[in-house]
Amino acid sequence: MLHIAKRRTVADRVFTGGLIACGVLAIVPLISVVWTTLSRGSERLDIDFFTQSMRGITGAGGGALHAIMGTLLITASATLIAVPIAFGTALWLTEYAASTTSPAVKALARTVRGVIDVLAGIPSIVAGLFMYAVIALTLGPGYRSGFAGAVALALIMIPVVERSGEEVLARVPAELKEAGLALGAPQWSVILRVVLPTALPGLVSALLLGISRIIGETAPLLLVAGFTDSMNYNLSAGRMISLPVYVYSQWQNKGVDAQAYDARAWSAALVLLAGVLLLHGLAGLVIRLQRQNRQVRRARR
Amino acid sequence: MTIKIENLNAYYGALQAVADVSLTIQECAVTALIGASGCGKSTLLRCINRMHEIIPGALVSGVVRLNETNLYEPQADPVAVRARVGMVFQRPNPFPTMSIAENVLAGFRLRGERLSKTESQETVEHALSAANLWSEVKDRLKSPGTGLSGGQQQRLCIARALASRPDVLLMDEPCSALDPASTGAIEELLGELRLAHTVVIVTHNLSQAMRVADQVAFMATTSAANGGHLVEYGSSTQMFDHPAQSATQDYIAGRFG
Repeated sequence: MLHIAKRRTVADRVFTGGLIACGVLAIVPLISVVWTTLSRGSERLDIDFFTQSMRGITGAGGGALHAIMGTLLITASATLIAVPIAFGTALWLTEYAASTTSPAVKALARTVRGVIDVLAGIPSIVAGLFMYAVIALTLGPGYRSGFAGAVALALIMIPVVERSGEEVLARVPAELKEAGLALGAPQWSVILRVVLPTALPGLVSALLLGISRIIGETAPLLLVAGFTDSMNYNLSAGRMISLPVYVYSQWQNKGVDAQAYDARAWSAALVLLAGVLLLHGLAGLVIRLQRQNRQVRRARR
Repeated sequence: MTIKIENLNAYYGALQAVADVSLTIQECAVTALIGASGCGKSTLLRCINRMHEIIPGALVSGVVRLNETNLYEPQADPVAVRARVGMVFQRPNPFPTMSIAENVLAGFRLRGERLSKTESQETVEHALSAANLWSEVKDRLKSPGTGLSGGQQQRLCIARALASRPDVLLMDEPCSALDPASTGAIEELLGELRLAHTVVIVTHNLSQAMRVADQVAFMATTSAANGGHLVEYGSSTQMFDHPAQSATQDYIAGRFG
């Protein structure tokens, strides 16, 4: 009896030890990536990097302002396109389609879910190729624009935001919706004033998940937004570069002073990384401020 | 307000839950619906404010009259019906994003009705007092409703229902998730509510029915496929002391199933 107990303790220790090792293994590459990006990226993190483009630069110097602006513009427009569609679909599926008896609506909901699952699985380059084909057929093969890139990214973002949004909305207790309906509220009002506020923190993280998914996307933008060394604030026409594409182009098309190109690539990677982290921090702050605001408003009343 | 139920049948898809129930519920009294699980008493309750039909595939036939108006006449709007009939659920369900005061006023907000500041304050105080909660929460009206104890939350839900000044209050096992002290508080409250409201309460707790109800309706089902029918209906004393039906006698004596 005793030696069985002992064997169990040993097995338990070994198992726990193995799990801890897995945990450590999982974070080692992550720490390494962050560390390398920090140490190599800080070299060119100067004022020029944030105030200049690469126009006319062939060696050292220059910056990534055009890529930073490009990332902001493309990501923001992709989010503006994707989020209403994604949350709208999620609301329709959870609040309306889930409680229907109509076979046609049920079939439509099944189809929509299936398509979204497929969409979530397509490689991002395919989304880029799709947009490329659409543009080539409508505006001509040479057309490049930031907006086209944003649409391609929105295609990638919609399934991510829709799925996590749907999960969050499905977790809002049915009892709360019933309570709202029992007070004589129409369903849209219950959705607007009970379901959405209850799900808000989760919806914010769904949104963030979507942005994190696309902000580092390179392939589709290479195809439809293209490279440029110059500033371009116009989403609707002209090539527009983003940070990941900038990293790629600096690394791929090194000039004579290869060191300078590498340094810029690392700095751009660092800015991208910092941006994603900042976004996460910001979202946490927004949620907390909202809670506080509500309390302040209550206290004033 | 008298509730007149005539030949009511309720279904979940092909499954019948309530079979041909006719019943007149007295105004300004507490009527308890009792019976074994699955006998259709909660479904019957949810037919009185047209909440049954929010379930996909649910169907109701028959007549429910509040005084003379038939809630199921073709042009009746279920949303408007629910505003006139208050409902309290089995588990306390205050809105977690709202404060205590906001929860009380939730009905107005959700229906898009605007109240002036004084009206809001008066409504909050009146409804919370009517639910015997005012003295416990008057200093923290702005704190979240979900921060209260279970029993307080349930009284907050009662206040939320009362704020809209309904004539009828429906309660679906309102004490089954509460401890005895909170249950006592709610039962005491029922004694006061019956003075101005028509209260219908579903309960599994026979001694509770005995304590709070003026009238008792006993429902039963012969088999799961048939739906619950009304076995016997009468005053609390009659039902508990001299039930006419042997099924009623068996149920209240604990011999059923």
